Amino acid sequence: MNKIKDHLLRGILWFSSLLTIVILVTIIGYIFVKGYKLINFDFIFGDYSPTGGGGIWPMVVTTIYTIVISLLIATPIGIFAAVYLQEYAKQGRLVRIIRFATESLTGIPSIIYGLFGAVFFVATLNFGMSIIAASLTLTIIILPVVIRTTEEALKTVPQSYREGSLALGTTKLQTLLKVILPSAVPGILSGIILSMGRIIGESAAIFLTAGTVAALPEGIFSSARTLTVHSYLVTQESGDIELASAIGIVLIVIILVLNLTATYISKKLNKAD
Amino acid sequence: MKTAINLSNDSSVQAETNKNVKISVNNFNLFYGEKQALYDVSLDIYEKEVTALIGPSGCGKSTFLRSINRMNDLIDNVKISGDIIIDNENIYRTNDVIKLRTKVGMVFQKPNLFPMSIYDNVAYGPRMHGIKNKQELNQIVEESLRGAAIWDEVKDRLKTSALGLSGGQQQRVCIARAIAMKPEVILMDEPTSALDPISTLKVEELVGKMKKDYTIVIVTHNMQQAARVSDRTAFFLNGEVVEYDKTDTIFSVPKDKRTEDYITGRFG
Amino acid sequence: MSDSPIEKSNKRKYFLEKLSGRFFLFCALISVISLALIIGFVFFKGLTPFVADGYSFVDFIFGNDWVPSEDKFGVFPMIVASLYATIGSLIIGVPIGLFTAVFLAEIAPKPIAKILSPSVQLLAGIPSVLFGVFGLAVIVPFLQNNLGLPKGQSLIAVIIVLAIMMLPTIVTVSETAIRAVPKSYREGSLALGVSEIGTIFKVVIPAAKSGIMAAIVLSMGRAIGETMAVILVAGNSLIIPTSLTDSVRPLTTNIALEMGYAAGTHQEMLFATGIVLFSFILILNFVLAKISAKGGQ
Repeated sequence: MNKIKDHLLRGILWFSSLLTIVILVTIIGYIFVKGYKLINFDFIFGDYSPTGGGGIWPMVVTTIYTIVISLLIATPIGIFAAVYLQEYAKQGRLVRIIRFATESLTGIPSIIYGLFGAVFFVATLNFGMSIIAASLTLTIIILPVVIRTTEEALKTVPQSYREGSLALGTTKLQTLLKVILPSAVPGILSGIILSMGRIIGESAAIFLTAGTVAALPEGIFSSARTLTVHSYLVTQESGDIELASAIGIVLIVIILVLNLTATYISKKLNKAD
Repeated sequence: MKTAINLSNDSSVQAETNKNVKISVNNFNLFYGEKQALYDVSLDIYEKEVTALIGPSGCGKSTFLRSINRMNDLIDNVKISGDIIIDNENIYRTNDVIKLRTKVGMVFQKPNLFPMSIYDNVAYGPRMHGIKNKQELNQIVEESLRGAAIWDEVKDRLKTSALGLSGGQQQRVCIARAIAMKPEVILMDEPTSALDPISTLKVEELVGKMKKDYTIVIVTHNMQQAARVSDRTAFFLNGEVVEYDKTDTIFSVPKDKRTEDYITGRFG
Repeated sequence: MSDSPIEKSNKRKYFLEKLSGRFFLFCALISVISLALIIGFVFFKGLTPFVADGYSFVDFIFGNDWVPSEDKFGVFPMIVASLYATIGSLIIGVPIGLFTAVFLAEIAPKPIAKILSPSVQLLAGIPSVLFGVFGLAVIVPFLQNNLGLPKGQSLIAVIIVLAIMMLPTIVTVSETAIRAVPKSYREGSLALGVSEIGTIFKVVIPAAKSGIMAAIVLSMGRAIGETMAVILVAGNSLIIPTSLTDSVRPLTTNIALEMGYAAGTHQEMLFATGIVLFSFILILNFVLAKISAKGGQ
């Protein structure tokens, strides 16, 4: 009797795993099969044409803009915030509040970020629907990721480095800049890469803050659309699954490369320990 | 080329006649939060001597050592009372830890070189104190490495990672790194506990030579080491100094029963 | 008495030391400031109609009609749709994901697990929009043809897409939890003559419970907050769903669909919709915090 039950349960485990794999492979496979024909040099580097057949270069540029701007702002803030939490703060109420806020930010859905960005950056600060409004919204979205990964990286820096440096009559700041942060670089880097993935995958928040203008942005105050928003819009508006899939391929490849880089870096980090 | 640190030029007689008090400790107490770790420690550490701090683990000897360069400041909730006076300056009053730690160098239990080249490790302190001139740095690095008796072993690989050296070599580079700041006092926190016997002997030999130029305070749980290298020894037990005297006296005619028990190996 | 050059330079260092400490604190406070601004702005905007303009909050929550042109704002159908979609996707996604995690952690031959685990992890990073694209291109027509629906965009399509979307998260997080169960637990059970499968279900899964719960709550948050993928397959009708094949409009899609042109009270009501969503997430976060506190014990 027990044996039958065992076999049944084992069967369910196998079946579920097979199902998971089949589903995920089907999705990736479908997107590749549907989209690969469109992928060529002109598709990626060509200008967009609303009548179809054009490229995605404006969206690539917009995506790069949002990544660069939000990382430029979030990375230093996030690193220094983590430095404060790990190196400077005394445990207490203030630290608990900061940690609570950081964790809460992680859980907020992107549509709420979108609402906030729309009322705060777009309207109140009067940036209008723009790359800068979207990037600032994204900055808040990735801030917790940068803080958390940097904190983890700082934790791996041996206490003896800090003591060794301070015992030589250096200041905390010197110790931080010359010894601690350099040792934490790999961990921080993989955090930054993870944030890039998050930015690329984001859609709802950008949709409400950057708008949908499908043209090469003139500057950071232009409204524009990112790759992910583009793939949503071509599906929603024209049902162009092939185009959406082709964009999907580009997105998946970027995410793949980012993840492999992050894994490579963190493996190197572990070896160095 | 200039000669390295003038170890050999010093007359050894001078060191023996030198009886100036370098560090004077009066009724020093230290608390970790509510827990008291040091009780009314009072002792005088003499210039250009090696003073050993011995005692069972947890007796407060390392805590005391770390009070001399205020490394205990790194821990939250540490409170102190009493005075530690170095050269007429009360180090807990003047509040200039940079100056204090420049004057009082430290070598740790485990070699803790930074993940940089040997050269950069030794040059780290001087650089942080504003020395940028390359020739000056080169000279400091060479002098310090010679002073730590490791120059010949590393002179051809100064630009390679310091973490590639053996443990014993690393510890001597740590000593060089401390010397590079031209300190007057060097604190050593069980500097040989992570080393093999041969490396240990080399470090001990080095400590013996260094006392011509520096006041050295060394924590050790190895009583033979204390007997071999030190001029004076303080025996710590449960946060108190039980006995402090010339090393010869402590090891031959201890006054306190507890000291005798400890050095004869009855506990600890 | 004038300071020596060294003392002067030390003074500068102490000043920098203080300044940098303050600056780092300021950076750390930006999270707090951001959270305060987000809550402040969303709640201020969203509560304005009820506080200042006399709209009834009860009518808003329990109202069945959402007709902005007629000044009717009831989000009850959307709340129901969001809850159905989330619960439905959990019913499908959790067991499949959990069993896959068990398989990868306990049963799969090592080389297979070594390839599959990171691959599944990678899929967690894929933009959710792509799941929506797949849903619209494959699942919606499939439902339409096989169930004989007038329109394949429906609650069940949303549930399936969300279930697929949450699979990688559930698998990855629960697999980590299961792998963290000490070997001694398994050995103890196996030594008593319990079979491998019996050990997994009686000992390992219960021991990994808090991690698995965290995976579920995390996926729940993702499901209830997902927007763009859902718009593509939901159909977006403003009715209380009575069957799985009804077209639905969850809370998130309501916001995304109408923010583009809404103004005045209409726009504020979209923020109010955000507050409802926010409240669900806050409850979830609270539950998650409780669970992880339990797991830490």
